[in-house]
This record gives sequence, C-alpha cells and structure tokens, in this order.
Amino acid sequence: MTMLSIFNVSGSAASAQSQRLNVVASNLANADTVAGPDGSAYKARQVTFQTQLMGATGNDPMAAGVRVSTVAEDQTPGRRVHDPKHPSADAEGYVTYSNVNAIEEMVNMISASRSYQNNLEVMNTAKTLLQKTIQLGQS
Amino acid sequence: MLNRITDALDFQAQALTLRSERQRLIASNIANADTPGYQARDMDFARTLQAATGSLGGAQSVATTHAGHIGSAGAGLSGGRVGAELLYATAGQTNLDRNTVDMDRERASFADNAIKYEATLRFINSSVRTQLSAITGQ
Repeated sequence: MTMLSIFNVSGSAASAQSQRLNVVASNLANADTVAGPDGSAYKARQVTFQTQLMGATGNDPMAAGVRVSTVAEDQTPGRRVHDPKHPSADAEGYVTYSNVNAIEEMVNMISASRSYQNNLEVMNTAKTLLQKTIQLGQS
Repeated sequence: MLNRITDALDFQAQALTLRSERQRLIASNIANADTPGYQARDMDFARTLQAATGSLGGAQSVATTHAGHIGSAGAGLSGGRVGAELLYATAGQTNLDRNTVDMDRERASFADNAIKYEATLRFINSSVRTQLSAITGQ
C-alpha cells in the first residue's frame, strides 16, 4: 500500500513544522531577556529542514519526508540599550538584550502554521481515499 | 474468455496503483515546501500508465493469431510498484533557497489526483457490479 506511507511523509513534515513552531515560541518568549549569568544574552534560534527519503526500502525518491537537520543560533549581536540603573548593566551602563526580531518570528510562525495545516489536509485526504479503497467491491 | 473479464479490471488496477504513487509524490512535494534546495517532482501520468500496461489500454492488446505470437501482456508491476519515470518541476517563481515547490500548483494537482483516484475506484466498483449482475443473470 503506497498510500499508507503518505502518513509517514506528511507526519514527518508536520513534526518538523511543529518543531519550528516550538523554536519560534521560545524565541518570542525570550525576546526581552537580558544577559544571563554567562554574560551573553539569549540568541535567536533557527531550524533548517532537510529531505529524508522514506518508503519501504528507505531510499524511495517518491516518498520524501522532512527532518530537522540543525537548530542554528543567530550570531548577530544583541540589542544594546543605555540604562545605567538596570541591575544587568555593564560598566558603560549598557544592557544587552537578546537578538530576537519579533517581526521575523511572527512571519516564521504564520508560515509554519500554514505548512502544518497543509500537511494535515494531505493526511485527511489520504485517509478518505484509503477508506473508500477499503470499501471497494461492497454495496 | 476469462481474461476478457479480468483485463478491464487489470487496467483499472494499474491506474489505481499509479494514482496512489502520484498522490504520494505530491504529498512529498507539499511536505518539502520549506526544505531548502528541494526540487519538486512529478510524473507524466499518461506515459507512465502506457508503459505500465504496455499499450494504450488493457482491452486493446495485440491479437495473437499464431501459436508463436507473443501478446502484449504489458510490462506490469514489478514487485508491486511501477518503475515510474520522475520528472522535475520548474519553479514558477524563483526562490532564494532554490526550492521549486509551487504550493498552489501542488494543491491543485493533489485535489485533481484525489478526484481521479476516486473515479478509478468507482470504475472498478461499477465494472464488478456489472459482471456480478451478468453472472447472476437477474
């Protein structure tokens, strides 16, 4: 049954997209954190997807799933704000915030949720087709 | 005589298998919509079906009038799957990460393929029903 591996393909994509959503959530949650005990603020994280061949043999080009290959940290310097009264201010009176760009993260979130929905819809269609295939020859 | 009954079903069964292969292919494209560098794949359905059945249709096989003739039985399914030739889709709009999945096109092909899969199922169902009523004669 080749249709059954649609669930593996779309399932892997949905799982990868939900991991991306997870990373976006942690980025947004840490948008306003300042430098921690190690002296460096939170760095925004970015997931990278990679194609993973699936199917019965595991190398079928017709069943290409997705997996998260790396979660990379954004190395751009964090936002620096002059606030000498802040407990985390450095000698010059600057506070280093995380380098999360809230607008980028929101765009990323919408894109991830749309892709997730697309994959769910694919699975729903495959389920309907398989149910009709099971009923083949009846009635 | 008996192969007349099964030929029509065979053809539809091949078409159904190919439809499910194509459905999986488009599902892979949709799954990889955000993968950098992924090239969308698709198959030429008509040509793959011709290759799988060995002719334009199961019912139109070459007549064998001599004992030495070899009928066009068709390449058939090897090990349950069709050796479909995969083609690469070109990007309608170029992407910075070299991904060529066009989501609108993939969604349309997916819906189109699902409808045609259901149509093939219905063809098989009705041909089974027709043969059944011929057998029972009622």
